[in-house]
Amino acid sequence: MAITLTPAAAERVKNFLDQRGKGVGLRLGVRTSGCSGMAYVLEFVDQIGDEDLVFEDQGVKVVVDPKSLVYIDGTELDFTREGLNEGFRFNNPNVKDSCGCGESFNV
Amino acid sequence: MALLQISEPGKATAPHQHRLAAGIDLGTTNSLVASVRSGRADTLPDAEGRHLLPSVVHYLADGSHEVGYAARAQAAVDPLNTIVSVKRFMGRGIDDVRRLGTVLPYEFVAGEGGMPLIRTVAGDLSPVQVSADILAELRQRAEETLGGELEGVVITVPAYFDDAQRQATKDAGKLAGLKVLRLLNEPTAAAVAYGLDSGNEGVIAVYDLGGGTFDVSILRLNQGVFEVMATAGDTALGGDDMDRLIATWIMQQAGIGEEVAHGLQRRLLQAACAAKEALTDREVVELNVELDDGTRWQGTLTRAQMDELIEPLVRKTLSPCRRALRDAGVRAEDVQQIVMVGGSTRVPRVREAVAGFFGTEPLVDIDPDKVVAIGAAIQADILVGNKPDDEMLLLDVIPLSLGIETMGGLTEKIIPRNTTIPVARAQEFTTFKDGQTAMALHVVQGERELVDDCRSLARFELRGIPPMVAGAARIRVTFQVDADGLLGVTAEELTSGVQAHIEVKPSYGLTDNEIETMLRDSMEHARDDMEARRLREQQVEADRVLEALQAALDEDGERFLEAEERAAIDAAAQALAEARGGDDPRAIKRAIEALEAASKDYVDRRMNANIQKAMAGHVVDDFE
Repeated sequence: MAITLTPAAAERVKNFLDQRGKGVGLRLGVRTSGCSGMAYVLEFVDQIGDEDLVFEDQGVKVVVDPKSLVYIDGTELDFTREGLNEGFRFNNPNVKDSCGCGESFNV
Repeated sequence: MALLQISEPGKATAPHQHRLAAGIDLGTTNSLVASVRSGRADTLPDAEGRHLLPSVVHYLADGSHEVGYAARAQAAVDPLNTIVSVKRFMGRGIDDVRRLGTVLPYEFVAGEGGMPLIRTVAGDLSPVQVSADILAELRQRAEETLGGELEGVVITVPAYFDDAQRQATKDAGKLAGLKVLRLLNEPTAAAVAYGLDSGNEGVIAVYDLGGGTFDVSILRLNQGVFEVMATAGDTALGGDDMDRLIATWIMQQAGIGEEVAHGLQRRLLQAACAAKEALTDREVVELNVELDDGTRWQGTLTRAQMDELIEPLVRKTLSPCRRALRDAGVRAEDVQQIVMVGGSTRVPRVREAVAGFFGTEPLVDIDPDKVVAIGAAIQADILVGNKPDDEMLLLDVIPLSLGIETMGGLTEKIIPRNTTIPVARAQEFTTFKDGQTAMALHVVQGERELVDDCRSLARFELRGIPPMVAGAARIRVTFQVDADGLLGVTAEELTSGVQAHIEVKPSYGLTDNEIETMLRDSMEHARDDMEARRLREQQVEADRVLEALQAALDEDGERFLEAEERAAIDAAAQALAEARGGDDPRAIKRAIEALEAASKDYVDRRMNANIQKAMAGHVVDDFE
């Protein structure tokens, strides 16, 4: 059971947290919504909850709630650039199919 | 798949519901667009990695156009169809533009309502249209970068822009298909970029030295609200002037005469500009310029030498600083923070001079070219709702009270000055005369008690009030000021629902200096104004009493009054009419009281008679 970051993603997250000036880590999760079942959640974490699981990778604390973990276990978070657009991408081995834009997915 | 950005805790949006927002610095020479991504605000580069977009549009005969670097390259080739510095024409009438016009190559024609149109091969274009083309380019860049449609934008404008110029900027945004959440003053945006709005109060100076213009603004921060206290500047002073001084120095060193061909002149200016930029981090720079005869001139320029060359320009920026401080009524040591804006503030000598003048180290951490756009982006992010509500900011206030004229030429303030916007306030008024079916409303701006001393903004009429006795109609006047400071006034008669509305048309804008003057006058004349108001109020009251009495006497004076009583009332009325013509409010008040005393019995008799008349034919039960 683990969530990992690519070096590019880890560097960006550390950078963003520094810029923000507060926050203990990065929350990855899912919630039900969107056009194909589930949607990813990617948020700064100011407070780690009692039930939260914490993974540490390359100096970044990755926080996941146990319910979400079953959907995203084994995910590698990457930071990439597509044309002018840049941002984070979930490389999630559990995904069976996703909607056209990839913002929501099914397992 | 789509790329994700990190959200604030609890603020992750559902798929396809991203609220994308951007801040736009629509500049005279260059424009920028910025956005907050993963909690960080930064400007967005184009595909070639360039952040600045030259504010230049080149129009072609087939009706198409190009924006930015490509357009700027055409300025020398096709000057009539390449529009530069369009910001200077925004919200201006054709006469203003003609006055500015001597150095401009464009052919202006008068459009509807005196709006200037620029004649190009692609047709006659308004400055709003040209600005919209620049904004559309930035919009496209932002939407490609952020991967979706923009929910809203914040566009910055100079603090001294008047209502007409602000409205024109807003119109340009609309024309470019943007939802303009708000216009933000450039110095305020710069202060926001540094997070100065999170402080509680204080005085902030914004020193903005660009390529061709210099502006200094003094802001007061009070509970998260910025108020522009004063602005000053010089519209022909900037980094370009430094380049010219350095180029002249090179010409002297190289023994070149004053008359040089365009090509060499451009090479000299480029070398000067490059040297100036290099001397930001280095103490000495090598110069190497190709001369017209094919030989090269080589030399060195030290930072100390450059400092000496540009010293007169640096000094020249300090007198507007002094003026702004004086207008704001604060001293240099009251200024807690100084925000540096504009590429020319990278010059170490400029920073040093500013630090020396204000006695505080200026803020320079954020790229001075980007700081305004970054502040706008932060504001836009908050306005579209990507931040928790408690971080919501109100950033602008009404500089002068808004009100309407009431009887006797007095002002009734509806929205007092320094109210944060957007705001809506209503107040009820009534009719002054029996059977009055229309009411003239006069919207004024200012702090003085008499309408004549305030600035007239608009006049309109509410018609179709059903005839009623004086004081029975209920007319609600609502003043609404939107987030950009634009005013709408509505009057509604509540019993019948008849309504009239007016948008206060632009072109009534005030410069900060005018606002200062109006405020100062209101303080200086406070006592006179109070006296004047008291007098007018008594005069209005006297008119009302006399009018009501006359109406009553005409109706039933014969019936209720003995000749002797009538004579006493007439005498008191005569005395009041005389006092009303004078300028002593106390005398009028006494005369009113005397008349009321003289007519008391008469009024009582009328009252009794009316009550008897009203009750005649009813049984007591009817009144329970």
